[in-house]
Amino acid sequence: MLIRYLSQIGKYFLMLKEVFNKPTKWSVMKGLIFKEIDDLVIDSLGIVAFISFFVGGVVSIQTALNLTNPLIPKYLIGFATRQSVILEFAPTFISVIMAGKMGSFITSSIGTMRVTEQIDALEVMGVNSLNYLVFPKIIALLLYPFVIGIAMFLGILGGWMAGVYGGFTSSVEFIQGLQSEFIPFHIAYAFIKTIVFAMILATIPSFHGYYMKGGALEVGKASTVAFVWTSVVIILANYILTQLLLAK
Amino acid sequence: MIEVKNLEKSFGDSKVLKGITTTFETGKTNLIIGQSGSGKTVLLKSLLGIHTPDKGTISFDGRIYSDLTDDERRELRTEIGMVFQGSALFDSMTVEENVGFPLKMFTTKTPAEIKERVDIVIERVKLIDANHKKPSEISGGMQKRVAIARAIVNNPKYLFCDEPNSGLDPKTAIVIDNLIQEITQEYNITTVINTHDMNSVMEIGEKIVFLKQGILAWEGSKKDIFKTDNEAIVDFVYSSNLFKKIRKAQNKEEI
Repeated sequence: MLIRYLSQIGKYFLMLKEVFNKPTKWSVMKGLIFKEIDDLVIDSLGIVAFISFFVGGVVSIQTALNLTNPLIPKYLIGFATRQSVILEFAPTFISVIMAGKMGSFITSSIGTMRVTEQIDALEVMGVNSLNYLVFPKIIALLLYPFVIGIAMFLGILGGWMAGVYGGFTSSVEFIQGLQSEFIPFHIAYAFIKTIVFAMILATIPSFHGYYMKGGALEVGKASTVAFVWTSVVIILANYILTQLLLAK
Repeated sequence: MIEVKNLEKSFGDSKVLKGITTTFETGKTNLIIGQSGSGKTVLLKSLLGIHTPDKGTISFDGRIYSDLTDDERRELRTEIGMVFQGSALFDSMTVEENVGFPLKMFTTKTPAEIKERVDIVIERVKLIDANHKKPSEISGGMQKRVAIARAIVNNPKYLFCDEPNSGLDPKTAIVIDNLIQEITQEYNITTVINTHDMNSVMEIGEKIVFLKQGILAWEGSKKDIFKTDNEAIVDFVYSSNLFKKIRKAQNKEEI
């Protein structure tokens, strides 16, 4: 079992090496990158905006409902919303959701190409199929921090709207909370995590799709396995990065 | 010409190819036939460089594949066209884009030059009104034509076809067979076809290599099949009643 996992990890790193080998012609690669930006980044904006806005609202309401002590200032609602959204919700929670959305799309599209011999066709023509298929995804997901930036903004906006229009706090208090004890490095920390998660989101589902064997049923299974492993690795990377970047 | 010498390939304990030696001639349709599990797909994939043989050599017009550098192998691959069993067309591309793909990837042709060449090849395989359709919008027979067009667009020296007739009705299958044969002669290509379709064997089998349990059990042309006493090939070919009758009639004519 352990040997199997170690061998898979080794295979994953060998795949990464091959992704950056023998690059595809730039005129072709350019088109592939734009297509991946559309499929992976632009197509995710709707669901990210929806989830961020409402989860931000829920964080704000729950914080307000838990502040039963009258001595605790109301501006803590804004403070808690900002901290939750910037530190964890936007970078990590959204990335786990994206492991399902983008991850299953990547695994199933590459897996289907494997099953229908399209990857063999690329190889026989002399194309480095890993570079052709995975590299554009990695480059496209360099725009992933942009998605997370939108998630941060909408999460806080949702928190503000739920807090103010739900009658839990005033706009002034909420904004005071947002500005209170603001540490700029937290933003850097969130975006460093985001870049690492983007790399994980692009490569682990690709690995599961590329090396899958079997037919249509196995494509479905590979997508599920890819989602599980992408989520596990994101959570582990989140823990390690938090320990490295925030712990004193 | 492709020369195969003493080719061996195993997967674990199972020896799939047991010392195959043969040649695939230029300008001819060379067929690899045999029962399922006889090693014909492994032989084809070894010729394509997808499998690395354990022993033996494959040479393409004197260039021994195992002796080539990575760059030389890549160069050689651009001289190869392949028609896959399921066509293996790229779903996200139109017919025109699929056919033009090898030119876009490996040549310095301008988009106008690519379009011109693509139109010629599409016309050659007799595809009508399909240029802007996606593979999912055309029939199986048309998909095979697109696959053939893509395989020949970059003027390959070697054309490989894996079960080109699978999933096609007998009439379309013959059309595809004839198309491959015509293209082989017209472009003077070394064509290797992996099949177990006896209609193809009788239609276009200029050179037939028969594999049985990983061994080359017989080789010859479609005419030789009627005369041979080799039990292995006779058993395989005349497993169909139709071909038994043809052989009987052929023998009577000769008497």
